[in-house]
Amino acid sequence: MSNILTLPILVPMVSGIGALLAYRLPSLQRWIGLFGAFALLICDLVIFSTASKNQILVLQLGGWPAPFGITLVADLLSTTMLLLTGIVGFVVAWYSLGAIDEGRVAHGYFALFHFLLMGVGGAFLTGDMFNLYVWFEVMLMSSFVLLALGGERRQMQGAIKYVTLNLISSAMFLAALGILYGMAGTLNMADLARKFAQVEGAQPQALITALAVLFMAAFGIKAAIFPLFFWLPASYHTPPAAVSAIFAGLLTKVGVYALIRVFTLIFVQDTGYTHTLILILSGLTMLIGVLGAMAQNEFRRVLSFHIVSQIGYMIMGLGLFTPLALAGSVFYIAHHIIVKTNLFLISGVAENLAKTPHLKKMGGLYRSQPALAMLFLIPAMSLAGIPPLSGFFAKFGLIVAGLEVGQYLIVAVALGVSLLTLYSMIKLWNEAFWKPAPKKTNDENTKISLSLLIPIGLMAAITILIGLGIGPIFSLAIRAGEQLADPAIYIQAVLGVVP
Amino acid sequence: MEILLAILVGGLYAAGVYMLLRRSLVKILIGLALLGHAANLLIFTSAGLTRGQPPVIAASETVLSAPYADPLPQALVLTAIVIGFGLTAFALALTYRVYKIVGTDDLDRMRGTISGEEES
Repeated sequence: MSNILTLPILVPMVSGIGALLAYRLPSLQRWIGLFGAFALLICDLVIFSTASKNQILVLQLGGWPAPFGITLVADLLSTTMLLLTGIVGFVVAWYSLGAIDEGRVAHGYFALFHFLLMGVGGAFLTGDMFNLYVWFEVMLMSSFVLLALGGERRQMQGAIKYVTLNLISSAMFLAALGILYGMAGTLNMADLARKFAQVEGAQPQALITALAVLFMAAFGIKAAIFPLFFWLPASYHTPPAAVSAIFAGLLTKVGVYALIRVFTLIFVQDTGYTHTLILILSGLTMLIGVLGAMAQNEFRRVLSFHIVSQIGYMIMGLGLFTPLALAGSVFYIAHHIIVKTNLFLISGVAENLAKTPHLKKMGGLYRSQPALAMLFLIPAMSLAGIPPLSGFFAKFGLIVAGLEVGQYLIVAVALGVSLLTLYSMIKLWNEAFWKPAPKKTNDENTKISLSLLIPIGLMAAITILIGLGIGPIFSLAIRAGEQLADPAIYIQAVLGVVP
Repeated sequence: MEILLAILVGGLYAAGVYMLLRRSLVKILIGLALLGHAANLLIFTSAGLTRGQPPVIAASETVLSAPYADPLPQALVLTAIVIGFGLTAFALALTYRVYKIVGTDDLDRMRGTISGEEES
């Protein structure tokens, strides 16, 4: 039964290879891209429905028992992330049908797209630290090429910053892995958690904390937390909107996932130091991100800075470190992936219609494209946290968790940033949609092709559904939070022993 | 031997970070490669060096008798070298393309990701 855990890795791999084999037939590549993403979504749904019955799926690859071989583990956090990967992959693949030009498809856009999904899926599933590094590299390599594909001038300048910073992060991750293996003699996450829980004495404890901070820096660059986020707003607005959307939805979230996994399972001895540090960084990330967004005048650069700001909320739950706060983080990630991907998809359509990414030169989209404007309002208001949309409940969970443990300062920051987010979304609305078009343009009757509008509509529908079905969804998040707060559950599922 | 390797790793890190702080893209790439090598040697060293004790089970025994050289870090290093090779190759190709398109390899002159600035 647990063999299905290999599918989120195998299905994108087969689709990617298929797209490569169809090198000379771009139209066939498009269909392989779409159907591969659909198959992946189905697999992720099946895994999610199995794991949500409160059972952690574990697969020991090659039949090697846990601390020796590579283990694939699907707890509620992993499966939720996988399901979101499936949704985002499918929607963006659909959007790409109409949005990605012939040249990029011919040069392997869909193959890279699926290899990216393979890396993301592997990173969410693996229970082995070195294997996590390998999946990170698979994902990064595809993202490098996707970002640079097309070779426009500003793409190149964005790509070089993205590549450099991510390579530094990988080098740090690798160094941390070496020290980790030297200290513990194992790389299996469950085994590491068991061994580190037994460590006593001030000096080895201090070494573990130092190592924890090294991991925090390595994953922090990938997750774009303060002060390590500068590569993100420098690069995310340069590639085509579909690429931005999949990056915005998934890549930084893999970094956040790694932070949550490592700091709930392995480095939980000195929470007074590490988790307080995470909490401080989360507040600064929120604040600096949103302030950066307010200063921008380009549609996708505003959204890029908002990613940074939202990452702050996600790790705020990790910093508070209670079951409810972790549940809030999980729910926030789910909400954010859906909403942010959708905003980037819409920004692509809006920039195409206005033929400029500059907010100052945009305008009049509400008059010419009322449907698009309404579809923009849903994720934008959800991002700002207006009830009854998903963002309200995501923030509500985190703020209640913050009040419970008496961290009033971070709660105040979170609420303030939420207001500034609303301001920023209203600015986008006013500049791009509401204000009259700057000059009389004759394309007011332009129809947006349905292959672009349907994916946007799907994502907006999911946002509304999360808001309406909040009861069962949040109770699922709470169960995920409880699983994360008790490493013993994970350890027992992987190693089969009670620690 | 550990001391010697530790000094070497430290030296590689220092050189790598110094190169990363340069403005020229090619020098930054060299810095990244040095960081990668330093990390590989760090894995190799921190897992412990054992000389002349291959991890082979003797004919008369059923389990390995300590001390023996741990083969896992070497497998890790091998994987990391392969990944590092691929990344460096890609980064070199990208640098060349950037130089061709942007016309400079000086990072201070590459600020044009805000559209409208690139012509200025």
